[in-house]
Amino acid sequence: MLKFVLKRLIGAIPVLWIIATLTFFMIRLAPGGPFDQDKNLPPDIMKNIEAKYHLDEPLPQQYTRYMKSLLRLDLGPSFKYANRTVNDIIAAAFPVSAELALWALMFALLVGVGAGTVASLHPGTWKDHSAMGLAMAGVCTPNFVLGPVLVLVFSLWLGWLPVAGWYGAADRILPAITLGAIYAAYVARLTRGGMLEILRQDFIRTARAKGLPESQVIIRHAFRGGLLPTVTFLGPAIAGIVTGSLVVELIFDIPGLGRFFVQSALNRDYTMVMGTALFYAVLIIFMNILVDIAYACLDPRVRYD
Amino acid sequence: MALLEVEDLKVHFHTRHGVVKAVDGVSFSLNQGDVLGIVGESGSGKSVACLSLLGLVPSPPARVAGRALLNGQDLLGLDGDRLRQIRGRKISVIFQEPMTSLNPYLKIGAQLMEVLTTHERIPAADARSRSEAMLGRVGIPDPGIRMDQYPHQFSGGMRQRVMIAMALLAKPDVLVADEPTTALDVTIQAQILELIRDLQRELGMAVILISHAMGVVAEMSAQILVMYAGRIVERGAPADLFRKPLHPYTRALMDSMPAPTDGGSAAERQGCRERPVAGRRKRLAAIPGTPPDPANLPAGCPFAPRCPYVLDICRKTDPEERPAPENSGRTFRCHVDI
Repeated sequence: MLKFVLKRLIGAIPVLWIIATLTFFMIRLAPGGPFDQDKNLPPDIMKNIEAKYHLDEPLPQQYTRYMKSLLRLDLGPSFKYANRTVNDIIAAAFPVSAELALWALMFALLVGVGAGTVASLHPGTWKDHSAMGLAMAGVCTPNFVLGPVLVLVFSLWLGWLPVAGWYGAADRILPAITLGAIYAAYVARLTRGGMLEILRQDFIRTARAKGLPESQVIIRHAFRGGLLPTVTFLGPAIAGIVTGSLVVELIFDIPGLGRFFVQSALNRDYTMVMGTALFYAVLIIFMNILVDIAYACLDPRVRYD
Repeated sequence: MALLEVEDLKVHFHTRHGVVKAVDGVSFSLNQGDVLGIVGESGSGKSVACLSLLGLVPSPPARVAGRALLNGQDLLGLDGDRLRQIRGRKISVIFQEPMTSLNPYLKIGAQLMEVLTTHERIPAADARSRSEAMLGRVGIPDPGIRMDQYPHQFSGGMRQRVMIAMALLAKPDVLVADEPTTALDVTIQAQILELIRDLQRELGMAVILISHAMGVVAEMSAQILVMYAGRIVERGAPADLFRKPLHPYTRALMDSMPAPTDGGSAAERQGCRERPVAGRRKRLAAIPGTPPDPANLPAGCPFAPRCPYVLDICRKTDPEERPAPENSGRTFRCHVDI
């Protein structure tokens, strides 16, 4: 297992290098630069600024300079937020995004696994059809539609929950549902499929023949295998939730990393774009390794050496 | 009083294509320590009959009717919780497929121990030591190490031994062995049957041995039921059945089995699969046709379309079960005296 993790971590290095290189050149290919939107600066001042951020150097030189600082885990200064480094901004904003993602993931798993299990235990009944109908609607509704609708209903009409912000516990509910709904829908469908597959296996009949209560049959014997498809989906789901939070953070005015990511791309804040992209890449790679480890723990037949 | 008394058991599935009468009026009784064999082709209702007693028949929902008294208690009227207390403790089942009947995600030890922790309030340590002892008893070497392994680390024969250990842990009164050797190599088949026989004698439990192979059942059972299309067509002691089968279907089953004089090995006799006939004096007789569609049984005797002795009456009226002319205790269900 340790060998597997090490192998995956080493394998991540070239992936990150490719991502860094591609992002570096792509953001520079985009028209405009970080300081174009400022008022027309006198050429001298512009020169000074460019010199400060080494934008006057030829591109290959900038590239090697950036790569060298990357090796020291230094993502450089932000071009737009004066006096703040990219590391600082990520450290300040990411915990908010992480919390939002965590709530959304919990919502997705609780609702998805619950609904999927109920549907699989009563296939073809109204419980199944209503759960799967809702799931279908969930899959089809983008979060930039769902968010405003939820705000309209629960904040503006019913007045139960705040419209936006990130202060108290009540502020977490709507963003978490908005972000997690589509994943709850996917998880419900995957859980139903996985559980249906497992529930007709011979070993479930064996468990019943042993006289186990139905709850034990499902929890001990069916979940292990029935949730494997869901666990497989968790890797992409976490990636999706983390990056999906960009939109949700904008809708609900949440001071997370997503806003910085979107803003920095618009601002051509080169280091900030690079920094957030790489940070997300590392996060997703790490989550995928975690999912693979979880997979091995659930299915003893999976071996990684 | 018999240990298990089944009277007029009916298992009907109501499907879109009509009523499937998987089991239609089966009666038998089983005494303490008896071995009862049930023989028949696939789909004859032999497994469904036994599994329905425990409420284990698969979907679509079956309608189970009749009576099944275990020590005087009717199993068919029991609610879910009471029935669960019977399963695994009073009546255990060994299934046909050892490769898929164990949970691949759980350790063997956990799967064994849960039988005991479900039915008896005993500490985990006791459950473990008893499970380990039982694993050793069914012939698994190093049971202490094997307890912590997963099913994929066991061979087919070893898994069937685990299944047997699991079924016997709670010392049931009745063991239902549903085709316990069908999925195994012929060399392993004999070992597993011997193990079941030894444990049956040792624990004094009753066994219902279900098989499509007459040879498997004949060696162990005191009495044999031959089933066809959901009903019992003949019942009797194996020796009588072999000496003179009374039902054409029983005779056809016998003819489809290699005779010992053909030079087949003991293991070969136990299966009635097709085997190469080179060097044999005669070809094995196959039963012509296929078992009838249980949703659409023919009028009269269900075996009539495949029967070599068929008379006009067979196609019109279904024969009643009647006692054999010469031997009390034997019955058969046929118009013809063959």
